[in-house]
Amino acid sequence: MADSTTRNEKKHVVIKFSGDSGDGMQLTGTLFSNLSAVLGNEISTFPDFPSEIRAPLGTLGGVSGFQVHLGATRVYTPGDDADVMVIMNPAALKVNAKSIKKGGIIIFDVDTFQPADLEKAGFSSENPFEELGLSETVQLVPAPLTSLTKKSLEGFGLDTKSVLRSKNMFALGLVCYLFGRPIEQAVHFLENKFKKKAAVLQANTKVLVDGFNYGQNIDASISRFQIGKSTNIEKGRYTIISGNKSTAWGLIAAAQKAGLKLFLGSYPITPATDILHELALRKDMGVITVQAEDEIAGICTAIGASFAGDLAATSTSGPGLALKSEAIGLAVMAELPLVVIDVMRSGPSTGMPTKTEQTDLLQALYGRNGESPVVVIAASTPDNCFDYTFAASKIALEHMTPVILLSDAFIGNGCALWKLPKLAELPEIKPNFAKPEMKGNIRVTSRDEDTKVRYWSVPGMEGFMHRNGGLEKDREKGAISTDAKNHQTMTNIRQEKIDNIVRFIPEQKLEGNPDADLLVIGWGGTHGHLISAVNKLNNEGKKVALAHFNYINPLPANTEALIRKFKKVIVCELNSGQFVSFLRSKIEGVSFEQYNKVEGQPFTVAELTERFTKILEEK
Amino acid sequence: MADIKYTANDFKSDQYVRFCPGCGDHGALTSLQRAMAELGVAPHETVVISGIGCSSRSPYYMNTYGFHTIHGRGAAIATGVKVANPELTVWQITGDGDCLAIGGNHFIHSVRRNIDLNVLLFNNQIYGLTKGQYSPTTTKGFASKSSPFGTVERPFRPAELTFGARGTFFARCLDIDVKNSTEAMVAAARHKGTSVVEVLVNCIIFNDGAHGWIASKETRAERTIQLRHGQPMLFGNNNEKGLVLDGFSLKVVTLGENGITEKDILVHDATTHDSTLHNLLANMEGPDMPIAMGVIRDVEEETYNEAVHNQITEVQATTTIRSFDELIDAMENWNM
Repeated sequence: MADSTTRNEKKHVVIKFSGDSGDGMQLTGTLFSNLSAVLGNEISTFPDFPSEIRAPLGTLGGVSGFQVHLGATRVYTPGDDADVMVIMNPAALKVNAKSIKKGGIIIFDVDTFQPADLEKAGFSSENPFEELGLSETVQLVPAPLTSLTKKSLEGFGLDTKSVLRSKNMFALGLVCYLFGRPIEQAVHFLENKFKKKAAVLQANTKVLVDGFNYGQNIDASISRFQIGKSTNIEKGRYTIISGNKSTAWGLIAAAQKAGLKLFLGSYPITPATDILHELALRKDMGVITVQAEDEIAGICTAIGASFAGDLAATSTSGPGLALKSEAIGLAVMAELPLVVIDVMRSGPSTGMPTKTEQTDLLQALYGRNGESPVVVIAASTPDNCFDYTFAASKIALEHMTPVILLSDAFIGNGCALWKLPKLAELPEIKPNFAKPEMKGNIRVTSRDEDTKVRYWSVPGMEGFMHRNGGLEKDREKGAISTDAKNHQTMTNIRQEKIDNIVRFIPEQKLEGNPDADLLVIGWGGTHGHLISAVNKLNNEGKKVALAHFNYINPLPANTEALIRKFKKVIVCELNSGQFVSFLRSKIEGVSFEQYNKVEGQPFTVAELTERFTKILEEK
Repeated sequence: MADIKYTANDFKSDQYVRFCPGCGDHGALTSLQRAMAELGVAPHETVVISGIGCSSRSPYYMNTYGFHTIHGRGAAIATGVKVANPELTVWQITGDGDCLAIGGNHFIHSVRRNIDLNVLLFNNQIYGLTKGQYSPTTTKGFASKSSPFGTVERPFRPAELTFGARGTFFARCLDIDVKNSTEAMVAAARHKGTSVVEVLVNCIIFNDGAHGWIASKETRAERTIQLRHGQPMLFGNNNEKGLVLDGFSLKVVTLGENGITEKDILVHDATTHDSTLHNLLANMEGPDMPIAMGVIRDVEEETYNEAVHNQITEVQATTTIRSFDELIDAMENWNM
């Protein structure tokens, strides 16, 4: 492709595609992200869509967006504000008006900016850009996407609906041109996507190429971007993966490593359902998925499979976790391995199902009757959902306990580059099976006296029969017991077993400046934003460190010592202060500052740096 | 393995059975242990799952693998066990509250899926362990601690619920009739798919005599009909009474009266897919009609556990992806 004269060399660019939920913005964004990654960029994506499948056309509630951050250097977040926006209708403009950068570019479908459309989106004048105060600060690129798509597909014999559905491809073609993406590669992606639908492929390819050519034709009037290949990335084979998919992959890897079958009992719930989808596809790997009649049956079928000797998991989101509480307690009492995945969303109750939050932490830690300790782990990026799901499975199997893995809508739906692992390079998993010499002489409560881990024997094993259950058991005999002292002993053992796991997890890492004036603490899916803010301030000569937690219960052994090294500590969470209250209950005498947000949206790097700067300035 | 002969004692655990003296659960438990001995499945390949309630204590008394779980969820947990390892013989013991109130959803869905479970529903029409509240099978008007003025609720009929959920097996037996109960349980275990056995049990403390109409051995032959596949539907002390269809209803006739001979009597077909007649039989009530006992429905259909594993086998026969590394390689990937 001939290189144009006006190329903007950039290290980072943020692009947002936004339109009606039927406009195909998710597909457009995904294709563009994949294309960029294949060409050597680092990427981080953020799909932000409504829970309605098709909200009324052209309304604010129906706006669906997909943001991607491309980089020639490390990319940690999908970015705060966009450099480039592709806007399919006035509603999308209105929803996104505050998140376009000064000097940014808005490409918009001028065909949809008719008086009726403007009114539907709540504009009162005929110039929405002026109304939003954007006309002076951004570069506007009006493009008749609808009419050009119609023209492009003339003679294809498609109905109007199908024609209109293709306009996202016109936009994609245009953006490909602006970012110097070879159109052949984009066509190749489309071929993969529509392998089995020849007619759809043909139409989409035509529109895509026409969009690209349109860009060439209007070349002089728009800025173009050049983002180089990322050079500081570790060499290797890469793919792009969402957090939910890498979670599913983590379970598969763990089952193979442990030599067990994988069983998922689950019930559809946003934003966790993709984990069920991915595993339902994996009959080739022998994965059993049961789409249960409800959340409770989801976890209960998994507990049954665990009792029978599988690596068992259940996947859900906050409301589902609430329904599973009693069954998690059973797994605690029966001391069975179980992985409970909670892809957190905005709550309480149904809340905002497609929006992200970290508001289930205390539910995960404490949301059960009785003294009922479980392991709680949080993944922090789409790609490390794999690692922490693997770790959760390993701990569950080796320590005979339910493990709650916290993910969230942001990292579950978001995508990142993933360096392909090899099974052989992953840690061993050795389930705590009863040893053959124990035959005929084992009780349901027999355990390793050092780690307090119960021995696992499963139906079919001769000479290991036992009765398990939710009633308290006699420590020695394994029979049901209401003995007062025994209950205290068993309560202590169950707690000690979880506490002991601290010996098997890594120490808490510190990122940024180890001699920092301010320690930032975070956990889970906020890592990208927090490390971006911390790096930014350190680059400005300030001294900031980040302790980002993945192991929450038990906390890493060095947690207290690490935190006490710093004079100022701030805990940042997408909730009203759940982790900080947990830390306060564990570490006395530290004055924790807080930064909390409960808007259903991730942090922005800007708001974090502003807050951190303010604290640093305080005496 | 097949050569080993088991006795009922091989299935008894060392635990003291804590059902109340005179409770119908004692008889039901005895029948189950005898049925297990007759089936000859090794104790370590047998699993007994239960929820919560008096009957749900049963796993502790069985020398098998056992799991006493949480209220109402036995069906879901048993589903997980059976699907994870279809080689196991899985029994689920449940009561009318556990199975039909808190666990009603799991019950109908396990029946609908036709998972190869043997469900023993101990129906005493009362909550025993919580000390005497009415259950979903309690007769309307019954005064209990939670219905001091009589219940205003219409009860479930477990058979009707089973058929409504497209159940493939239903049998009914009486706690104190160990011979016929054992026979029903053996048939349930031999049936592939969800087998529901409604065991009519007496709660001597909170609902004594709930099944009193058929409790007495002297009148039982007159008040019940023991159904057997392929046999004419005859009952009575001398097998002198029978069932015929009268329009869309069943009717009791007497042999020799009005020219009725054995040829006119319905022959029981438990294997017919159409559950209409099974439903009529299961819904018969005294005093005008005999209570239907024995195997009322026993139909072959693919089980869920088979279907799940067949699908896996089919996919695995043609796939090129056989390991985690191959799975990862099959994704679009590139060098960076």
